[in-house]
Amino acid sequence: MPSLKALRIRINSVRSTQKITSAMKMVAASKLRRAQAQAEAARPYAERMERMLTELALSVAGSTAAPRLLIGTGSEATHLIVAVTADRGLCGAFNSNVGRAMRALARKLEAEGRKVKILAVGRKGRDFLRREFADRIVGEVSFAGRRRIEFADAAAIAEQIGAMLQAGEFDVCTIVYNRFRSVMSQVTTESRLIPAPLPKTPPGETGPVASYEFEPDQEDILARLLPRNLAIQLYRALLESAAGEQGARMTAMDSATRNAGDMINRLTLNYNRTRQANITKELIEIISGAEAL
Amino acid sequence: MPVALEIVSPERLLISRPVEMVVVPAEEGDLGVLPGHAPMIVTLRGGFATLYEGAAPIGSLFIAGGFAEITPERCTVLADEVFRPDQLSKSAAEERLYAADVAWEAVDKMDVAARDAALAELQIARAMSAAAEAPLPQPIAGPGVM
Repeated sequence: MPSLKALRIRINSVRSTQKITSAMKMVAASKLRRAQAQAEAARPYAERMERMLTELALSVAGSTAAPRLLIGTGSEATHLIVAVTADRGLCGAFNSNVGRAMRALARKLEAEGRKVKILAVGRKGRDFLRREFADRIVGEVSFAGRRRIEFADAAAIAEQIGAMLQAGEFDVCTIVYNRFRSVMSQVTTESRLIPAPLPKTPPGETGPVASYEFEPDQEDILARLLPRNLAIQLYRALLESAAGEQGARMTAMDSATRNAGDMINRLTLNYNRTRQANITKELIEIISGAEAL
Repeated sequence: MPVALEIVSPERLLISRPVEMVVVPAEEGDLGVLPGHAPMIVTLRGGFATLYEGAAPIGSLFIAGGFAEITPERCTVLADEVFRPDQLSKSAAEERLYAADVAWEAVDKMDVAARDAALAELQIARAMSAAAEAPLPQPIAGPGVM
């Protein structure tokens, strides 16, 4: 049985841990609200962009001169995977979920004989992937110490990816990130960035598409719209991931706080029992000492 | 029947309201959008988008490039950046113009896409600094402004 002093120290230490986890939970909750609002505010642009892009893409469909961002390079030999994780830990399985999905995808692609390149966004993902895929990481981005993610950050990554595509360094680009479904649940999602996935319209149904006029012309607009679309997709993923991270941290810290509480209760019970046992023992010693006289 | 106008930046939805007319700064000249306009998709240059109610302008927003989708019923402006007139500052615009100038000097003139991008940025910065110097149009107030 541990001594009273050891128990007391242990209780105090668990109590300070609990203070930290509950503070972290509170911080995550307030950051979550902000991140969620930011993610929601970015949604209208992405939705309207998608609508516009669909109309444009349909009007150039079939043309071989369509930009690479839209139709890809035509081959599928090299895959670029963008793994979006957090820069900090202590958020449950948030980071390792992306890491695991990423690893599975990379192994699958390599088993099919394709080359894999990795762009790691977020420090944790890089650390996770460095063990196994160190030689395949072609770039890394970190937002450590940043208060919020700006659109310009996503645009910079998009530019990097665009330049790599122009240089012919990859053929297909996929992004792996945690989609924010609710505070409790983040869904690890893989989505195709290049070639741009477009909703297929049934053949024969051209609808109002043909009637659009373009100024300057379709190709010019498309050439400007596609990099923009890539940036917006990335931005969306980054924001979803940021909101998800806070959600995951909140959940993780909430259960850590609860566990610490349970532990304190158990230890306190143990402490009191030991204390009583000690008192009883002392009484017995005194009484039996007095009787012996 | 009015035009359902929406002005969106990547960060947020700024305006969603019906207006009688809106003038958007399209790449090849300003474009006045009235209800029943022919469907168009245009690129935008830097300049003011002005909302009209009746014959009078009710306010403006500075659009730093982007796209607009116009249909007979609606006009959706996807702006790269949006500034309220009172957010335009001369010093910030000048800084941007300087950076754009430097970028323009540095750009490979044979690379058409890069050259166009640098040129567009230069135009936006010029329009911004011109707008910051000129008397500012009134900002947009009222319902549908976020």
